[in-house]
Amino acid sequence: MKIILSALFITILLFYFHPASAQIDSSLLITPAKKDTAKHTLSMDAIYNRPFKKLGSSSLSIGGYVESDVQYTNTSGITNGDQFQFRRFSLFVSSTIAPHIKFLSEIEYEDDPSGDAGEAAGPEFGVEYAALDIEFNPLINLRGGMILNPIGGFNENHDGPKYEFTDRPIAMTQMLPDTWNNPGFGLYGKKYSGHWMYGYEAYITGGFNDSIINNSQGKTFLPAAKSSITRFNTSASGEPLYTGKLSFGNDQIGEIGLSYMGGVYNTWRVEGAQVDNKRSVNVFDVNFNGTIPGLHTNIISEWAWVFVDIPPDYTPEYAHKQFGGFIDVVQPIIHGRILDWDNATVNIAVRGEYVDWNDGVFAATGQKMYNDLWSIMPAISFRPTPQTVLRLNYRRQTQNDITGNKIGAAIGPTAGLSFGLSTYF
Amino acid sequence: MINPENGLCGPITLTSSQTLLFSAGNDQFFANRTSATGLGPYFVATSCGSCHSSDNRGHPFTTLTRFGQTDSTGNKFLAEGAPQLGTFCLPGYTPETLPAGATSTKLIAPITAGVGFLEAVPDSEIIAMADANVNNPNGVRGHPNYNTIPSYVTPLNGAIPRPDGKYICRFGRKAAVYNLFQQVAMAYNHDMGITSSYMPYNPFNYQDEAMPTTASTAEIDNNTFYSVVFYVTALQTPIQRNATDATVLQGQNAFVKIGCADCHKQNLTTGYSPIAGLAYQTFQPFTDLLVHDMGPGDDDHYTEGDALTSEWRTTPLWGLGLAPGVQGGDVYLMHDGRAHSIQQAIQMHGGESTVSAANFSKLSSADQTAVIKFLQSL
Repeated sequence: MKIILSALFITILLFYFHPASAQIDSSLLITPAKKDTAKHTLSMDAIYNRPFKKLGSSSLSIGGYVESDVQYTNTSGITNGDQFQFRRFSLFVSSTIAPHIKFLSEIEYEDDPSGDAGEAAGPEFGVEYAALDIEFNPLINLRGGMILNPIGGFNENHDGPKYEFTDRPIAMTQMLPDTWNNPGFGLYGKKYSGHWMYGYEAYITGGFNDSIINNSQGKTFLPAAKSSITRFNTSASGEPLYTGKLSFGNDQIGEIGLSYMGGVYNTWRVEGAQVDNKRSVNVFDVNFNGTIPGLHTNIISEWAWVFVDIPPDYTPEYAHKQFGGFIDVVQPIIHGRILDWDNATVNIAVRGEYVDWNDGVFAATGQKMYNDLWSIMPAISFRPTPQTVLRLNYRRQTQNDITGNKIGAAIGPTAGLSFGLSTYF
Repeated sequence: MINPENGLCGPITLTSSQTLLFSAGNDQFFANRTSATGLGPYFVATSCGSCHSSDNRGHPFTTLTRFGQTDSTGNKFLAEGAPQLGTFCLPGYTPETLPAGATSTKLIAPITAGVGFLEAVPDSEIIAMADANVNNPNGVRGHPNYNTIPSYVTPLNGAIPRPDGKYICRFGRKAAVYNLFQQVAMAYNHDMGITSSYMPYNPFNYQDEAMPTTASTAEIDNNTFYSVVFYVTALQTPIQRNATDATVLQGQNAFVKIGCADCHKQNLTTGYSPIAGLAYQTFQPFTDLLVHDMGPGDDDHYTEGDALTSEWRTTPLWGLGLAPGVQGGDVYLMHDGRAHSIQQAIQMHGGESTVSAANFSKLSSADQTAVIKFLQSL
């Protein structure tokens, strides 16, 4: 199946694409504040490429977004009825401190715990991003503070109003951690050559901890590391997490990103004494976005491979290897004046998702381990303006537990309907 | 979460308050434990549901190893961590190995659905089934497994202890566990390394440390513990599929005719139970809750209670046809999963079941197929 997915992904790459963009054309966003100096953008620019509003004559610009929805889901014939969810409220503030020196912060209320749900104490309210950027040269920028690790595309480009779906991609939230932020430093830069854009990012940050193989999910679960309340001042391994990304964009093709994140995750020494071997986690990610010319069909896709060094005498419920990703296809079908909105759009869309949380075989039997999930989610959305989206989604999902059983405590065939809104403000 | 097709994971008819307790127990049964919530340091699985997926049989990846006892005089290896080997350990801990000279057996988790009904079978009915075997022409005998019960276990209503103070036990592959309360306490402690008020000592690795003499703080509170006991007690029995199919009925008749039902009793009846839905019910587990000599092929030289090392409790056959759904598409039958098909499991029956296994071999191909189909319908 992974071969099919890979083939599909490569096939998409072979198509002829328009310039890179998210599902919502960010160039259409109202941005009264001074834009980034980049003439074209990559996913790495998403953090600044938002509709900021300048505050008077000050150097401050502010913005934010909100998203909320109602969902009705049914798994194996069981439903909890209608669930009204206020997912997120995010406020960002940026400031140009001096020429080539800028700061941006994002503070977010999130009632959608993306760490280890079993450890979540409730809604989260915290600093998602707060970093200083100093540009020495377009190719050499220093970034430091609380940063988003540039693994894949979604982690850096995840604002709710940019998507036609109420839920974030499962692989990018429940295999990789979404909005995976850490204190750290690094360099980034971009270069332009004709139609081509090249970008790189390289950071060292705090990282994961033992919870990725010791969590209430009962599976290797990188997002569990987000639930540690000390992770912003204590590194479990005492060693940096390395994250690097190369991005290639072309006006005619789109953007592809290749990224890596890895390092030691476990607490291998206690009070100076070694208590375990150093164990590493390595993540490889490929992301793509582009628009088919003429059709204006926008495609976003991301696939990731996770490799975790697991102790040899540990339960196979915790996997050495994981794989998953998603593909979004968004087709505008109506564009123009609708009611009083001159620039309104109606889209149809579909998201396909696959995650295998345990890619391997049982040592005891040689059988395949499952713990996987397929999902397809058709959608229709209405954007009265590019910054605001009303979206209606229907999800069909099938999931297996580790032995391939399709009916269990929290798995089984799932159908769900959701309606939500999200907007920048 | 009930599967309407086979009844697994769903409760019997309960009152509203019982349903709430069942729901709480359901959540805890499938809750994955971590080191922060008591897991380990030595364990077999991280949750009850890991071994009993959909409340059904276990998969070989959670097979457990018990060791150290060869007769009714007790376990001689308690100081070396008996009776159970910690298959897995938390990072940083030394893997546990079998001590020299200890015999052992590997056990695959049995089905949990319907166990409340088994608990409610009166001792008198179990004794009667044993007594009725005295003149069994196929050589079937069987006896209850009498064992000493721990102090935290309260004897069931209508219990008939032996003069030496031992009680009829009925749970586990050796029928050495008295009731579901004890089974849950043991499962938390032996399988997950979680201490409770009832089993307050963590499993240990004798190669690293001596047997603990100080009780640990309970890693599961009593309310959570009771909810899990209630959950497993109130689980529905598996529902037979295709019960009126002609081939299934043909197989059922052959199953009885060749003597399988001498041990795999189709109908049992419960006695009093404080849970109304369990009281005075006739149900179809296909077991007699007795231990039987299964011959040298199944003798692992390990036992519990009064059972001989070659004696095993008659496995309830309900839910047998659902095994592939929880065992990865294949089946792993008999006490350690050594049989990879129902037919192979039948052929591995020895000892008291030799005659019925031979009778199966003498059946026509059509009748053999019908017996298999019948068993798959359970």
